[in-house]
Amino acid sequence: MIHIFQNYWGTLLYGLGQTLLCSILALVFSLILGTFFALLEESPSKVARGIARVYIEIFRNIPLLVITMFFYVVFPLYVIKMNGFTAGTIGLTLYTSAFIAETVRAGIQSVDSGQMEGARANGLSFWQAMRHIILPQAFRYVIPPLGNQFVNLVKNSSTLAFVGGFDLMYQGNVIASSSLETIAAYSAVGVLYLVITLPISYYMRYLEKRLA
Amino acid sequence: MLQNFIDAYSPDNLRYLFGGLGITILVSVVSIIGSFIIGSILGVIRYVKIKYFSAIVGVIIDVIRNLPLILILFFTYFGLPNLGVKPEIIPAAILAMTIFESTMLAEIVRSGIQAVDPGQMEGARANGLTYWQGLWHIVLPQAMVKMIPAIVSQFISLVKDTSLATIILLPEMLYRSQIIYGQNTNYIIPMFVAIALMYFVVCYCLSVLARYLEKRQA
Repeated sequence: MIHIFQNYWGTLLYGLGQTLLCSILALVFSLILGTFFALLEESPSKVARGIARVYIEIFRNIPLLVITMFFYVVFPLYVIKMNGFTAGTIGLTLYTSAFIAETVRAGIQSVDSGQMEGARANGLSFWQAMRHIILPQAFRYVIPPLGNQFVNLVKNSSTLAFVGGFDLMYQGNVIASSSLETIAAYSAVGVLYLVITLPISYYMRYLEKRLA
Repeated sequence: MLQNFIDAYSPDNLRYLFGGLGITILVSVVSIIGSFIIGSILGVIRYVKIKYFSAIVGVIIDVIRNLPLILILFFTYFGLPNLGVKPEIIPAAILAMTIFESTMLAEIVRSGIQAVDPGQMEGARANGLTYWQGLWHIVLPQAMVKMIPAIVSQFISLVKDTSLATIILLPEMLYRSQIIYGQNTNYIIPMFVAIALMYFVVCYCLSVLARYLEKRQA
């Protein structure tokens, strides 16, 4: 396995970079989208709640790979050309945003309802109260599950390998087929994934314990 | 456009796709049963803290949990032949899914057991049950009730994750839809609609079940 690192360190590092870049981009965008849909779900408007519900149910119940393939195969034909990395990141963002919406909503609900009543009684509008009073408190509860979502994102970013996204998994396949040392190549890739995911999941477990 | 849908959903194509759904369900059900049994055993091992053994099992669980499923699929399908075992595609997919999902379930089971009031075990011991009897008859049944919603949502992920096995050419829905639209690009959208719907129906039913169980328990 060590000679795989020695011979292919450039390829592996490039893949690791793409995996991290895709995961971080998807985390940022899905956090924005997810919070937006969580707010819609908590909003007083029935229509908004319905839209949010449909969005979340669709993206939670369809496999990530189907969403990614949709952007990779259908979009270039009818809408706009995009490479595997873009298609993969969009798929990952939409898929994860549905899960983040659920997480953020649970965070909002765990904030004492007296906070909203107090804010409204003091003359803030619903959205002002959300923005300044509820969300800052909700995010404290949301951080450990968000960390776990990031671990899932890094693992799920391996679907980029299906669409030629040049991520770690893709490079692992390239190395496995060019060196013919399947087990060593995939082990090297596995080690690199663990370098990212293990510390985060241990840290999140520690945070969860401390918050509980 | 409508004509594309009508052509794409010809009886032959639909039969072929539903065959894929059958394989998805077969792989899911076998992996669900396997990972439920193995995951429960691993979770208990991790909870009871047998000297060294539980720690080693814990490390193995954490390593597998934090790897992508695709990598584990590659290990079982392309890696095992190097060790002299050559599994067929369906057993390889089931093996990989079972290994991966049982580590996920082990974590759910462990935290479920930990959530049971320690007074239950103390009471069982005080009434003359051994540690294992207390665990089996008193603690585990209570923990299982608490864990059911989390377990069902893990099984939803499992069903969705079977689509990843297209990478080792498991002939399930997604793979078969690709073969169909590979023959005629007009079929691309109808095929995506069909498989998205099929996955959605299966997973949505499971998530309604999860929500029902959650409500009944609360």
